[in-house]
Amino acid sequence: MAAALARDTTALLGLWADTIQVHALFRDGHDILAASVAVEAGCYPALSPARPAAALFERMVRDLWGHAAEGGRDDRSWLDHGRWPLTHPLSPRPGLPGGALEPPEFATLDEQGVMQIPLGPIHGAIEEPWHLRLSAQGENVLRAEVRLGYAHKGTLELMRGKSPRTAARFVARLAAEATVAHALAFARAAEAALNVAAPPRAAALRAVMTELERIAGHLDDLARMADAAGLAPLHAAAGRQRELLLRASDRAFGQRLMMDVVVPGGIAAEIAPDGVAAIRNALDDLATALPGLRRRLDPLLARLEGAGIIVGADAGGLVGRAAGRAFDARLLDPAYAAFGLRSTIEHAGDAAARCRVRLAEIADSLRMLRTLLDELPEGSTSIALPAESGEGIGSAESLRGTIWHWLRLDHGQIAAAFPCDPGWALWPLAEAAITSGPVEDVDMIRLSCSLPASALDL
Amino acid sequence: MIGRWFRSGPAEPAGPVDAATTASLAARLDAAAQTRLGRSLAIRHVNTGSCNGCELELRALRNAFYDLEQYGLRFVESPRHADVLLVTGPLTRNLREALEAAWDATPEPKWVVAVGDCAVDGGVFKGSYAVLGGTGASVPVDLTISGCPPTPARLLAGLRALLEANVRPGRGIAAG
Repeated sequence: MAAALARDTTALLGLWADTIQVHALFRDGHDILAASVAVEAGCYPALSPARPAAALFERMVRDLWGHAAEGGRDDRSWLDHGRWPLTHPLSPRPGLPGGALEPPEFATLDEQGVMQIPLGPIHGAIEEPWHLRLSAQGENVLRAEVRLGYAHKGTLELMRGKSPRTAARFVARLAAEATVAHALAFARAAEAALNVAAPPRAAALRAVMTELERIAGHLDDLARMADAAGLAPLHAAAGRQRELLLRASDRAFGQRLMMDVVVPGGIAAEIAPDGVAAIRNALDDLATALPGLRRRLDPLLARLEGAGIIVGADAGGLVGRAAGRAFDARLLDPAYAAFGLRSTIEHAGDAAARCRVRLAEIADSLRMLRTLLDELPEGSTSIALPAESGEGIGSAESLRGTIWHWLRLDHGQIAAAFPCDPGWALWPLAEAAITSGPVEDVDMIRLSCSLPASALDL
Repeated sequence: MIGRWFRSGPAEPAGPVDAATTASLAARLDAAAQTRLGRSLAIRHVNTGSCNGCELELRALRNAFYDLEQYGLRFVESPRHADVLLVTGPLTRNLREALEAAWDATPEPKWVVAVGDCAVDGGVFKGSYAVLGGTGASVPVDLTISGCPPTPARLLAGLRALLEANVRPGRGIAAG
């Protein structure tokens, strides 16, 4: 771990634990490095002094497993709000409740003329449960701090001891806006652990679903931003195209959000006979609507110019690609090798650049989907998984960035697993971007980054 | 020139209004308002730990295909303005207090609608240490709309049933 940290170009992707070890995942260019360190006397050396992005992970590891990060930057609780009937639910010996503070202590500013603005966890709009605490002077945000964990459902504990196929139901419900991407990363991790590969037809159909989900997700976020900015024509246009895609997904895969369709070993069901035609129709409609969508986006871009700048950070995914970083997990994926994936790059790093990247990605996905549908291989769509032991890592590119899943199987059952959503890295970056901007930009910055709650709350 | 077009003689003084006609018109207007304008519900969404699936489908209700507002159904920002609390997600221990605060803040008469399998009974998360169960574990539920997630068409059918029931007395219905 020390060797990886010594080289400055490595970015922290994730940090999690099991009962005896703490694991970290790094990226150096296109190389992925995994490192593990043993937990001794309930402690492990903290990563947060060298990589500030590790702080949230360290708080989560402490709440779930009880391992303390020695020398960490922040030891406040994160997921545990003092409401569970136990503490450290994933440790071999969970403790008695009553450690965490609620309401939590926030690192707010107590100066003359500074007001505290609490947002959430229950919101006026149709939203996920998150809490944002702003310290503002007039219209300017001086400090922003997020608090999550409200939607903690105990997913990791529910997955333990289950077969990968059974556990996939929980993985599909980590974050519905990225249900295909999470299920895909998890399936790949399970397949890597068991040393098997999904059949070519399943791999191609998985790529189809991933791209459909990406377009629908980008359209939903654009519609939400349009709604927040009062741009009714963009809201209506994006909502219409998204609905057509979801209806086509329903026709093809039997579920509008394609939940539970990607499973370890392949896909759960063959595409419907008229599914390909239904998707093609929706894509044709979208292709016709794209110039209009682009035109209606202009007022939003003008509004977002210079808002929420995130540059020079470790971020991958959408936020990274809006700030000149090219990493995209699809570049590692053989199913995309034929396309010569053009990762769309912008450089400004503001909310407007993120919207332009989204629009470009919609066009890219459209082009890839048409080729994928034209060249669907024949054959089976699923293989049986052996009940063996092993450890594996898998990834998939969701609408907001790369999702990593790790799991360890013990005779075909999950001994330990962790789903790492890009949101872990995005929230701290968004906090920094919100700080020093006006209060009225907070919603736009949040939506432009597709910040999740449930995906991190586990 | 323009002044000439508007020039007219002094208006005659108006006679008294017929009280009987006024009363009968007012009664007819009242009845019409009850049937047309009374058919409206203000909905406040409360997320008690959802995976975001029900939220995606709830947002779809606002697109041009379903156009929720044409039925007199609209989402409002504050529970104090709401007739209906629409709850999604399994009830997590970390959000129970927030749900109860929203329920307390909603004026009577109020309806609680549990949307999605998780809000009905905890769904796949039933039995977790972090989850209390469905919405009913904390507040009384009037209507359940099942599905994981329920489709917008199903959501709309459930909410319209609530609208119909709202103009008649009596509570406690199930849309699926």
